[in-house]
Amino acid sequence: MKHRVPLRAVASARSGDKGDTSNVAVWVYDPRHYEEVKASLTPERLKREYPALFRGAIERYELPGLHGLNFVLHQALEGGVNASLNLDSHGKAWSFLILALEVEVTALNDPPPDTA
Amino acid sequence: MTVRLGTGAGYAADRVEPAADLAERGQLDFLIFECLAERTLAHGHLARMKDPAKGYNPMLERRLEAALPACVRQGTGIVTNAGVANVPAAGRAAAETARRLGLAGTLIATIEGDDVTHLMTPDTLLPELGQTIGESGLTVVGANAYLGAEVILQALQHEPALAIAGRVADPALFLAPLAQRFGWALDDWPKLGAGTVIGHLMECSTQVTGGAYADPGYKTVPDLADIGFPLAECQADGSAVITKLPGTGGMVTTHVVKEQLLYEVHDPAAYLTPDVTADFTSVRLMQQGADRVAVSGATGHARPRQLKVTVGFDGGLLAEAEISYAGPGAVGRGELAGEILRQRMTRVRGYQGPLRIDLIGQNAVHATARRQQSETRDVRLRAALRTQDRALAELLLAEVDNLYMGGPAGGGGVRGHITPSVTTQSLLLDRDAIRPRIEVFRA
Repeated sequence: MKHRVPLRAVASARSGDKGDTSNVAVWVYDPRHYEEVKASLTPERLKREYPALFRGAIERYELPGLHGLNFVLHQALEGGVNASLNLDSHGKAWSFLILALEVEVTALNDPPPDTA
Repeated sequence: MTVRLGTGAGYAADRVEPAADLAERGQLDFLIFECLAERTLAHGHLARMKDPAKGYNPMLERRLEAALPACVRQGTGIVTNAGVANVPAAGRAAAETARRLGLAGTLIATIEGDDVTHLMTPDTLLPELGQTIGESGLTVVGANAYLGAEVILQALQHEPALAIAGRVADPALFLAPLAQRFGWALDDWPKLGAGTVIGHLMECSTQVTGGAYADPGYKTVPDLADIGFPLAECQADGSAVITKLPGTGGMVTTHVVKEQLLYEVHDPAAYLTPDVTADFTSVRLMQQGADRVAVSGATGHARPRQLKVTVGFDGGLLAEAEISYAGPGAVGRGELAGEILRQRMTRVRGYQGPLRIDLIGQNAVHATARRQQSETRDVRLRAALRTQDRALAELLLAEVDNLYMGGPAGGGGVRGHITPSVTTQSLLLDRDAIRPRIEVFRA
């Protein structure tokens, strides 16, 4: 059975910056969700969700062995640390823009989040 | 043979105690202090211009006081980029610190040649801008090439207690000690790729031991207040175990290590450094007991032909000012304050440039991405602009301050600051243009 959940329920993410380019790497906790997340989280969708912020091209790199997707978001930092007037000029919080998006995944009993 | 590398700092202002702990208990071969971000160097150039004895990491002496005695006693080599924009001054400060600690005679190596400010001319092209430096009208503060492991390795062949560089690629600080101890050739691309992955994982200190990771309800990290810095147990084949000292906070899990693996990486099949084109796509991670993650499988291809240069420019001033509204109607009063401020700055004062006004608590960091409504009862208006004109920066602070009496009801807690800023641009230079060199001396 499929259900819609925020990406944050099935994956984590970290963002980094280089100039006006942000990268957000998404790591799916349960390998069984990887293909579903990949199908749902396309560059076109990210562009559609946040057109005012993600102004440039978006590339997606895949790391299937580690269940990761790396999004490279060009012109996505309001000018970057050089020019941005955003409080968070590095876009450290961009990962949570992606994690807030809903994805459609197979319901699993207790997907394993990373807890010590 | 296992080579044990510890991270002593992951950025300019990183904590000192975890490094002291690693120096004391880590049984390390090398302790690496990574102290540079893209713009740290430009700030270093500015500091050196004001005072020729400055321009290196202001925490260098404190870091050495905390770690050098244990490192010298145990034969742990220190490698750092804390020289920032003034490596000779950092060398002198380190020697003085060593003597003060009763360690006269300590062997110190300095690594220079990254400063290429003299090669910047009005005709130098800035590819990201599509203009020359002359056309851009920008004032160059300094320019530095990213040196690689080769020159660090030359320094390490003298077995110094301390090797101090300025701008070198962060992973090279870790790769050079591995190449020295394992005798890796500098064209053994798979090994250099593997060593670069280890360096990349280690260079941001706590980001691989559970820092910048916790998300209550989803990702739980124990004892973050006492988080430990990472330690890598490295093998000659390029594999390693990432771990941390027992009794420290944080955690090392495969998921934590994954998050750091692609931090600030674009194409994971082609991570460019001065030493190698590293390929992260074949990396394997395996949990080997508590707080131990085995990393293997990374590889690499021939190094890029040119070196990256970061040029720093005077970026003028960033002016920011804030005022709070709380209680019933806080959002409405905050919004009204924003409208008043915008009118004051534009219609009354004639400012036409970009002016950012956020309501922190309702819509600030993510404001450009999406509109957000909330019934919060505690908002903080924040206004920001950039300018070369100090009077304009001060005007913004004054206009926000005037909201106390001329704005909506119940505005409080005004703060304002004006921060000098630098900006950076990247370009590529041929290796031939850059002459790395070392100097070795005793404290």
